[in-house]
Amino acid sequence: MSLRDELGPYFGEYGGRFVPESLIKALDELDAEYTAAKTDPVFQAELTALHATYTGRPSIITEVPRFARHAGGARILLKREDLNHTGSHKINNVLGQALLARRLGKTRLIAETGAGQHGVATATAAALFGMECVVYMGEVDTERQALNVARMRLLGAEVIPVTAGSRTLKDAINEALRDWVANVDTTHYLLGTVAGPHPFPVMVRDFHKIIGEEAREQVLALTGRLPDAVTACVGGGSNAMGIFHAFLDDADVRLVGFEAAGEGVDTPRHAATITMGRPGVLHGARSYLLQDEDGQTVESHSISAGLDYPGVGPEHSWLADIGRASYRPVTDSEAMDALRLMATTEGIIVAIETAHALAGVLRLGEELGPDSVILVNLSGRGDKDMVTIGNYFGVIDREAEQV
Amino acid sequence: MNIPSSTVAEAIASANRDRAGALIGYLPAGYPDIDTSIEAAVALAENGIDVIELGLPYSDPVMDGPVIQEATQTALAAGFRLRNGFEVMAAITARVSIPVVFMSYWNPIVQYGVERFADDIVAAGGAGLITPDLIPDEAASWIAASDRAGLDRIFLAAPSSTPERLAQAVETSRGFVYAVSTMGITGARLDVDSAAKSLVARLRASGATSTCVGLGISSADQVREVLAYADGAIVGSALVKALTTGGVSAVAETAAALSAGTRL
Repeated sequence: MSLRDELGPYFGEYGGRFVPESLIKALDELDAEYTAAKTDPVFQAELTALHATYTGRPSIITEVPRFARHAGGARILLKREDLNHTGSHKINNVLGQALLARRLGKTRLIAETGAGQHGVATATAAALFGMECVVYMGEVDTERQALNVARMRLLGAEVIPVTAGSRTLKDAINEALRDWVANVDTTHYLLGTVAGPHPFPVMVRDFHKIIGEEAREQVLALTGRLPDAVTACVGGGSNAMGIFHAFLDDADVRLVGFEAAGEGVDTPRHAATITMGRPGVLHGARSYLLQDEDGQTVESHSISAGLDYPGVGPEHSWLADIGRASYRPVTDSEAMDALRLMATTEGIIVAIETAHALAGVLRLGEELGPDSVILVNLSGRGDKDMVTIGNYFGVIDREAEQV
Repeated sequence: MNIPSSTVAEAIASANRDRAGALIGYLPAGYPDIDTSIEAAVALAENGIDVIELGLPYSDPVMDGPVIQEATQTALAAGFRLRNGFEVMAAITARVSIPVVFMSYWNPIVQYGVERFADDIVAAGGAGLITPDLIPDEAASWIAASDRAGLDRIFLAAPSSTPERLAQAVETSRGFVYAVSTMGITGARLDVDSAAKSLVARLRASGATSTCVGLGISSADQVREVLAYADGAIVGSALVKALTTGGVSAVAETAAALSAGTRL
C-alpha cells in the first residue's frame, strides 16, 4: 500500500482522539466537511485561486552553491516557502482551514502560535474573510517574537499571552483547547501543525502537501532526477510533512527531519521529541512525547519558539518507527551558525526554525557527497527573529537601537 | 450498566432514597500538600459529601479552569508523584466509608500501565475512575482493566453529544455518567446552563439510571436545582477555592453549606 494514502485517525499506533467529549461533535463535523471538500471542485478551485493570487504559489526553488560549498559540495536546493505571503509555509494550511470554517458557518477563528508565524497567517485569513480572531501565545514567545505580536494586532487579532506552565507553545495549545471547548458553536480552532486530534494531523498535512508536490516537479525539471534527500525542521512537523509527503513512495529518497536539540540532547534543555522522547498522549493524539516517568509533560527548550514543543505530529512518529524517515537533533548554536552562513553566502535570512534544517543539511551533505542533491524546505523568513539574532551575534548597534 | 456491582451507583442511589440526591466533591490529591489533601477529603465525608472525586495532578489539564489548574500545578511543583495519589487514596479510604474515585487525564495512566493502575486503585480501596480526556472509542484497554478489577468507570456526556454517543456513554459507564452541564471547562458559574437539564433527560432516555451533573456548580441553591432532575451534583472549584483560602476548616464549612442543597 502507498505510504501516501494514510487517512488517519491512526498512523500505526499513533494518532487518535484523546479529547473531552465536548469536542467530538465539532471534530466529526470538521472531518465530514473536510472529506467532502477534498472532492468538491468548488472548494478546490477556491483554494487554488487563493494560492495563485494571494499566497503567491507556486513558490520557487533556489539553488545555493556558495552555501553548498560548506556542505561537502552537495547540490542544495531550497523550496522557498519563506516567499509566501505572511512569510512562511503556515499560510497553506490556514487558508484551507479558513475556507472550511466558513463552510461550517463559524465566525470566529482561534489559534495557538509559537514563533507567531501561524498566528500571523491566521490573523491574515481572519482579516481576509471578515472573521473574529483570537491567538493564544505563550508569554515567553510574545517577548521573543514581539514583531509578530505587533503584526497580529495590526491585522485585527486579539493576542492573549498565556502565563500558565512553561509559557510557550504547549501552554498556548492548552488554552486554545479550553477556549474551543467553551465556544465550539461559533468557533473554529485553526490548529497550526500536524498534531492534535483527528482529523487535524491528516488535514493539515494535506493542506501542506502542495509544497512537496511542487518541489518534486521543480527538482525533476532542474536536475532531471529525484533528490537524494528531502529535509526540513520538525517542531510539530507541518512543514516537514508538507515536503515529505510527495516523496513518501520514492523509496530511494531519504527523508530527514531535524529536531531542536536546544543546548544539547545530553542536557535537559532541548526539544528533540523523537530523538529523546517515548510514546504518550498529549493534545489529543498519541505520539512521541517528552515526558517524565509519571507521564507529566517535560518542558522543552529551543532558541526557536516554533520548535519549542515537547510533542510531535503522529505521522512523524509512525514514519520514524517504520524507518521511512529519520530524525536528527540540531543544537541552538549549530542552527544559529547555519543561519549566519546562509545570510552571508547567499543573502537569505531564514527563520531560526528553518536554520535547524540548514545546519542539519551541512552535515548531511558531507555524508552524501558532492554528487548528491538535497532538497530543503525553507519554511520561513527571519525578519521576526532579528532581535534574537541580533542579540545572539551582537550585531545590533546599541546606540543605533536607542536612537 | 451493571448497577449492583457498583459502590458508587449504590451511594448515589442511597442518597436519592434518603435525600434529594447525591453530592460529589472534587479535590486534588497532594494539594496544598499530601497530608492536608487527606484531611480535606476526610472533611468532605464528614460534611455531607456522598462520593469523593480525587483529582490526580497533571501537567496539561485542558478540561480545568484557573482554580483547579493552579492547585494541581502547585501540587506538581511541590514534587507530587503518581504514587502519592495512591497513598492519598489509601489514607482516605481507611478513614471514610463513602466511595472514592480518581479523576485523571489519560497519559499518566498510560505511562503507569493501565492494568497496574487498576490494580493499585483496588489496593488503595478506591472505587473507580473518571476520565475527562478519554472517550469510550479510545478506551478499550481501560474498559478491559476496569472490568477485570471490578472498578467503576465514568465517561463524560456533553450537550453536543449525538444520541449515538450518549447511548455509548451510558453503555460503557459504570457508577454514573458525568453530564457536562455546559460547553466549557471547570470553574464556578453564576448560572448552571439549562443545557444540563435536557442533557440529563436525553441520557435517561438512553437508559441511564445514574447521572450526575458537573461544571459550574458552586452553591447550595445550584445543588438543589440540579438535584431536581439529576441523580447527583458534582462540585469542584468551589471546594478547591475554599481549601486555598481557608484550609481544611473552610472545606468542611463549604461542604456542609453545599449539602444543604441535598435536603428534601
